Amino acid sequence: MHLLEDKERSLHNNSWARSKWNVGNGRKYRRKQLAFLCFLLPSFAGVLLFVLLPFLDVIKRSFQTAVTGELTGLKNYGLIFKNQAFLLAVKNTARFTVVCIPLLVLVGLFVAFLLSGLKDGAVIKSIYLFPMAMPTATIVLVWKLVFYRQGFLNLFLSKIGEITGLWGEVTMDYLGTGASFWVLVASYLWKNTGYTVVLWLAGILAIPNELLEAARVDGAGRWKCIRYIILPNLKGSLYTIVILSFLNSFKIYREAYLVAGSYPQENIYLLQHLFNNWFVNLEFDKMAAAAVCVGGFLFVVIMVLQRLWDRAD
Amino acid sequence: MDRRGQGRTWIIGVVFGWMKKYMTAACLLLPTILIAFPVILILTGSVVDSLEMRQYLLPVFGSGEGYIRWKLMPDYPTFEHYGRLLFMTPAFFVLFWNSVKFVVCILAGQLLVGVPAAWAFASYQVRGSRVLFALYVVLMLMPFQVTMLSSYLVLDRLALMNTHSAVIFPAVFSTFPIFLSYGGFRAIPPQLFEAARIDGAGEWRIFVRIALPLGKSGLLSAIVLGFLEYWNLMEQPLAFLEDKALWPLSLYLPEISWMQAGFALCASFITLIPAAFVFVLGQDYLEQGIIYSGLKE
Repeated sequence: MHLLEDKERSLHNNSWARSKWNVGNGRKYRRKQLAFLCFLLPSFAGVLLFVLLPFLDVIKRSFQTAVTGELTGLKNYGLIFKNQAFLLAVKNTARFTVVCIPLLVLVGLFVAFLLSGLKDGAVIKSIYLFPMAMPTATIVLVWKLVFYRQGFLNLFLSKIGEITGLWGEVTMDYLGTGASFWVLVASYLWKNTGYTVVLWLAGILAIPNELLEAARVDGAGRWKCIRYIILPNLKGSLYTIVILSFLNSFKIYREAYLVAGSYPQENIYLLQHLFNNWFVNLEFDKMAAAAVCVGGFLFVVIMVLQRLWDRAD
Repeated sequence: MDRRGQGRTWIIGVVFGWMKKYMTAACLLLPTILIAFPVILILTGSVVDSLEMRQYLLPVFGSGEGYIRWKLMPDYPTFEHYGRLLFMTPAFFVLFWNSVKFVVCILAGQLLVGVPAAWAFASYQVRGSRVLFALYVVLMLMPFQVTMLSSYLVLDRLALMNTHSAVIFPAVFSTFPIFLSYGGFRAIPPQLFEAARIDGAGEWRIFVRIALPLGKSGLLSAIVLGFLEYWNLMEQPLAFLEDKALWPLSLYLPEISWMQAGFALCASFITLIPAAFVFVLGQDYLEQGIIYSGLKE
């Protein structure tokens, strides 16, 4: 009897071993289960009420007409995939994501490398983080002053052209042409570089110094250290950075909306604009089908990323 | 090699070392100018007299000739905009307090609901808890637009549309703060809880007496990140609040016309102050939170 108790206690000290030994029975396990449920209940009830159940309703509505609620099968889905606005928005959003995320990851890594060599980089790091705290509405005013045809950017470029004699006056319109896409990219980088740098830096500083010392003793140069020790050790950080950048890439809608309104130049017409416009026009049938498609797609992407991440360990 | 040659290589070495050091600094400092530029623009623009501002911006909105002008020190510096905004614009205060109400209610609700949930995920591995956590992560990553319709359906049914609750309730049940506080709780060595359990402490006592004090950096980082996020609320009030008197401050600025650029910049500056204040106070926690969000299960 005593032996058994001792064994149980020693197993209990290692909760993982314990859960492997006897999942689902034992008084202590049941107590744990009860505690888990109690602590989680308020949150889960809220999530169920405000997110999960209504989303089931949305799935149901994606097979119905908007007003009468008649069952129409896959008609809504067919409709959105023939819808020019939807296709344009998907294309732009995909283009934005594909351009921005690798760019942000690389820029952040570069800055983090430079910063990791610096003895006192704390001030620079806070300056890089500061744009996170800038309210979008505040920044949009400045964007307009900078990117309008007679704004600061053109003034600056013209001055450079005047001094070097390479080009004359620049009168490019950045917000009304395809360049608006790159304005969004720039403002995304401007806002998000800070936390990317912090994450990379945390990853770089977490690499044990002995590892690098040992490599140096063995004659590895700076590049070899980076290639064979630092980069492989940063895989975990990469996953997080990609996930967070992805999450934040949807928030670029705020800038796009405040600068250009509900119907911006066609290169920056994003999915977010489309959902908003459908919402305003009460086109719930299309909206439901699109929400199911986009949500399902993101779900799959996140799952694949998570699987890759787990395998990297 | 003679002595002179040695001296030359030494000098080259020093010059290269010097260049490398300053190149790094230059690479890092150049972008900081880009980052500081908007703040300087807002600060200097907010004290420019209306007439002077009109001259600055005339090329942009009027003639279409020439370029925008700007002066670091305006010819006629004035605090008229600040006076007008703070003493003669009641709408500004209504929206300011709306914003404060949103932030305080949402953060309080998130802490009340989310922190116990984070603790549940961090300390009790029971059957199904990993699947549920994965579900929470997925929900955290869903953009607002995907859940907009579902939120609307439930808010409409509960008759909450066009009230502050329409923005507050869905935000309270956001799963992002759970993820951050989870990181804070996971950073505590679990032996501590086991020891307390053996000494006969109940689960609630362990949570309140041990987990909360030791895991508070995760909570604080959730508060700081949450503040910056909800001070900047846009999509939710635009979709769920028709009455402009209910809007937060972040939607007030775009309503100011271009003819009042100085006034708008002044309002920008005042909107920026609370966010900057929280940023400066909570920067360590902010960083910690960003790093926690990178912790693995």
